[in-house]
Amino acid sequence: MNKQNALEMVSQTHSGKVRSHNEDSVALDAANGLAVLADGMGGYNAGEVASGIAVSVVLTEIKYRLQTEKPEAKDPFSGEDVGVVLLRDNVEKANSSIFHAAQSQPQYAGMGTTIVAALFYDNQLAVVHVGDSRLYRLRGEVFEAITRDHSLLQEQIDSGIISKEDARTSRNKNLVTRAVGIDAEVQPEVHVYEAQVGDVYLLCSDGLNDMVADEIIGETLQMLKANLPLAATQLIELANDHGGRDNVSVILIKINGKFSAPRPWLSKIFAWFKS
Amino acid sequence: MPAKLILSMDGEVLKDYVLSKERTTIGRKPHNDIVIDNLAVSSEHAAIITILNDSFLEDLDSTNGLAVNGTTVKKHFLQQNDVIEIGKYKLKYLNENAAPAPSADFEKTMILSRPVKPVAPVVPPSYESAEATGRFSPSNIAPEQAPVQPVATSLQPRAAVQILNGPNAGRELELIKSLTTLGKPGVQVAVLARRPHGFFMTHVEGAKFPLVNGESIGEQPRQLKDHDIIELAGVKMEFYFKS
Repeated sequence: MNKQNALEMVSQTHSGKVRSHNEDSVALDAANGLAVLADGMGGYNAGEVASGIAVSVVLTEIKYRLQTEKPEAKDPFSGEDVGVVLLRDNVEKANSSIFHAAQSQPQYAGMGTTIVAALFYDNQLAVVHVGDSRLYRLRGEVFEAITRDHSLLQEQIDSGIISKEDARTSRNKNLVTRAVGIDAEVQPEVHVYEAQVGDVYLLCSDGLNDMVADEIIGETLQMLKANLPLAATQLIELANDHGGRDNVSVILIKINGKFSAPRPWLSKIFAWFKS
Repeated sequence: MPAKLILSMDGEVLKDYVLSKERTTIGRKPHNDIVIDNLAVSSEHAAIITILNDSFLEDLDSTNGLAVNGTTVKKHFLQQNDVIEIGKYKLKYLNENAAPAPSADFEKTMILSRPVKPVAPVVPPSYESAEATGRFSPSNIAPEQAPVQPVATSLQPRAAVQILNGPNAGRELELIKSLTTLGKPGVQVAVLARRPHGFFMTHVEGAKFPLVNGESIGEQPRQLKDHDIIELAGVKMEFYFKS
């Protein structure tokens, strides 16, 4: 099955019930199996600018590179998948674009953004993230977060000084320890996971998971996975019904079939026939 | 506004302390930040770790222990108006940042410009291992606050659907959850969403759309009124509010 038929992707974003403008950015490239979501921060419209730069750099650069490269191939320098290298390099590229824009234009000083992006290839997905935008997976009955926030609260949970239950009442919710565009350097976190037919992936900004408990998000996806656009609408309505204090964005990806890359030995035979 | 502790004994206020340091110690010996000169108090009795707006109390293996709001604790995430008891002394915790700020800025994601110091080393290792799983007696777990407010309040009317035909005729299903699906997966499914301003039905899957009072609802959500008749996958149901 080709990637575009195997993957069903939808996205939706909303400014919420309190904010006047939307600092989140989302983008999809169905042909390449790429989804990108960013939650910007900074005064005036700087947050939108930062998340907008991040999403467009990652999307257009990867699209361009995939015209000539294969995400499942191995990178000759690092030995990693090309897909992994593309995600990491382009988040770093977005970082320097935002950082330089912020340095050269005073109205953008201090702007930054979180990012989460997933690239699907060869029955797996590579995930990159910086900050507290998340990727969740629904597989069978299990709904869980795959990314771990780069946030003060997550560090406190990891070091055992606060329990997960107590974390819900913490007042340090919105402090991220890593962001794109704040410093000259950024450390993107990248992992590769196997994808199975029937999986549903959710990329979201903290406007969703701060407002709605994970169990309710999981239940909603379980009930509505047959109709992804409705599921996306419903998640945004849930965030707004629970307060809607922040911008809320979701991307949903359902795996409807296998998307194996052409096997190397097969392509070698094709190449041999062609010559 | 940093958090404060108010020290009192027998209802009489003795002193107040501002939690301005990352680590504030309580004990009998003079080098402590909060000195309580009483033999029931250990030389280093307890410490309070403050990280931005959150404060954590921990017992430093004291002889007589600590209680918060009447329950013995080893480690506790302090909440507004908690009362810490050390012997006959009481320390009341006040944090003006505790009330969820009404301004939208409170929810804004912010970046910590300097790297956060590792927090683990401040916990004495002997006790970290014992408490790694975070034992809290249930009474100490703070009631769930702001982030997840139930959609439905007691003011919202309760509603149900009752099946009118087929083998399950007469069965009633109360709509308690925020979402309830109806129908047969793969054939025809609709979802009933309970929202603050009412109940809405939306088509999920299937070639045919559900009917309300004999009329197709199409792809848009439809707000349900009392005694609406729903038809879905050959089953008729009545929607009604419960008094």
